[in-house]
Amino acid sequence: MEINILAFGQIEEIIGKDSFTLSDVRDTEALKSKLSDLYPEMNRIPYSISVNKNIINGNHTLENGDEVALLPPFSGG
Amino acid sequence: MSQENLENRYHRQMILKSFGKTGQAKLAQAKVLVIGAGGLGCPALQYLVAAGVGTIGIVDNDVVSLTNLHRQILFSESDLSKPKATTAAAKLTALNSEVKLNVYNEKITTANALEIISNYDVVLDCTDNFESRYLINDACALLDKPLVYAAVLKYEGQTAVFNFKNKEEVERINYRDLFPNPVDAAHSVSCNEAGVLGVLPGIMGVLQTTETLKIITGIGEVLSNKLLVYNALNSSFNTFNLTKNSDSQKAMPQNNEEFKNYDYELYCNSLLSFEITTETLTEMIDKKLTIIDVRNPDEQPEAVDLSTFKMPLLELENLFESQVTSSQVVFICQTGKRSLKAVELLKNNYSGHTFYSLKGGVLAWNEFKNKTNEHSQKEKSIY
Repeated sequence: MEINILAFGQIEEIIGKDSFTLSDVRDTEALKSKLSDLYPEMNRIPYSISVNKNIINGNHTLENGDEVALLPPFSGG
Repeated sequence: MSQENLENRYHRQMILKSFGKTGQAKLAQAKVLVIGAGGLGCPALQYLVAAGVGTIGIVDNDVVSLTNLHRQILFSESDLSKPKATTAAAKLTALNSEVKLNVYNEKITTANALEIISNYDVVLDCTDNFESRYLINDACALLDKPLVYAAVLKYEGQTAVFNFKNKEEVERINYRDLFPNPVDAAHSVSCNEAGVLGVLPGIMGVLQTTETLKIITGIGEVLSNKLLVYNALNSSFNTFNLTKNSDSQKAMPQNNEEFKNYDYELYCNSLLSFEITTETLTEMIDKKLTIIDVRNPDEQPEAVDLSTFKMPLLELENLFESQVTSSQVVFICQTGKRSLKAVELLKNNYSGHTFYSLKGGVLAWNEFKNKTNEHSQKEKSIY
């Protein structure tokens, strides 16, 4: 299975692109863990996760073709 | 202003279907508070004033600087070093003398927030730091005031309306539902450090005013329970649906008294997240790691079984750049206080490094080493 990931804010910079795909991540906890292995800098940024445009709380099962967005807070004004 | 002038002035919006004279009358009655007269606040204020909002409060304790002028479009070169709130009010009065402007040349704090906000119907968060954002959110949640939020960084902006629900919605969502945890000090970057395209806060500030006008007049559907993200580079608007996060609600002050005693500075800017324990340091030592002792050269004792670079705190900034290449850096000192200072000194200037501070310092490390050494001695004597 494959999920599509959109990266925003500082996360886009850490990853180096604004969208990419990952396979074999069954839920959002597994995704977070995979991302922190691939990009250790992400451990230090809290971010919200949306699955198919809905921001989720807690763990969420992922299915083939899901679109996941990684949304860090920022404070500039 | 005469009735004829009034109708002329707002004619183009009063002829709009569903806005009309009623919408204009609602604006004239409304009281809106804009916290922060910077990149977001300037354009938001200009359109609020131009649209004929009756009373507008402006909160800002900062003064105009040259680096503000590329985006804070109410100010000009002759305003440098002048207070933003007062200066903005003078320009806005020239734009529309009918609007009543209340100037607060002060920072929003737990001491003044509830009192100020309670005088208004809608609040715009146009600030530039997490401390103020959590503070304003909590105050608005306690007072049940709609909060129009926006934030920008580099080429990207976010906006949302909190503590408000459209007819069919059941819950009031707030900032803590979206971001339950503040960014730790290491990654809390501001526009001062990271930069921002001048037009970006303009777009986001105008979106804030748009939502405010909708809240007041009742036209359209307010951006409540949603987060809108705009990216200037790829011209994308993405909207995300928000949900209530029960855990985050527990972290916020539950009443006015708790709010007044809440330490937002500590909550948002704590350096404590940089601290590592002696056990963690042991696990990290095998990896590529630089350990820097920031004590003065004559300070004793030496750290047991630990190879360190010596860079006294006062010379740290001079020595660091030329001597340290590894990405992971642990600072140590006698008790763990100066090492936190070292993190604070360097964290914003060296984004390629991850900094840590050893909790308890050399004293805690040596005690830990002596214990583990004793333990292994005992084990040896058993076998």
